[in-house]
Amino acid sequence: MEVLYFAWVRERIGVPREWVETSATTVAALVEELRAREDRYAAAFADLSALRVALDQELSDFDASLDGVREVAFFPPMTGG
Amino acid sequence: MRVSVQGERFELGLEAEAFAQANTSAGAIVTFTGIVRQADQGGLVAMEIEHYPGMTRKALTEIAQTALERWSLGDALVIHRYGRLAPGELIMMVATAARHRKDAFEAAEYLMDYLKSRAPFWKKEVLADGAENWVASKAEDEDALSRW
Repeated sequence: MEVLYFAWVRERIGVPREWVETSATTVAALVEELRAREDRYAAAFADLSALRVALDQELSDFDASLDGVREVAFFPPMTGG
Repeated sequence: MRVSVQGERFELGLEAEAFAQANTSAGAIVTFTGIVRQADQGGLVAMEIEHYPGMTRKALTEIAQTALERWSLGDALVIHRYGRLAPGELIMMVATAARHRKDAFEAAEYLMDYLKSRAPFWKKEVLADGAENWVASKAEDEDALSRW
């Protein structure tokens, strides 16, 4: 699936988006897989309370299922306005 | 209702006037405008605003649609910029039109509270010494949503 990163998550991981082959069934499981990859992922996902996730461009949460999801985005809390 | 996510500058006066002209049956129009301010210590040279192109417009439209349904609004306008902005530049504006001012004010506040915490924008301050800081979200911004 397509995984997108924004703001300091993007900077820490070093790419804005990438294709990830995964059998993870939940967001939390995907995060565990990514953390195990390299230090930069472990650093970006060190504190999940500082992160938000969107599934197919809708805000979601880390317990959510990835069933049928095509695009996952990770980012810090939003600061619009 | 109009939602615009744009890199270009916008003219507050022109936008407000066009909105008023399109809503001559409204009894009240409220506008709010956000401006890039100087950092407390000074030295801010730019505010870089990143967004999530696939999601931004959809999120803003949902927020504006909810405001239209929840208050007795005739119309709503949301403009939000992204990219590199200098201090003093306009970041965003909302406008609401209603029969009465209470609906127009409340809906504008609702739009602002949700824009702050639920629209996928992230701000980074660029300082004169080259330092860059991502603006952290504030607990009070999240708390502000609970009143709605």
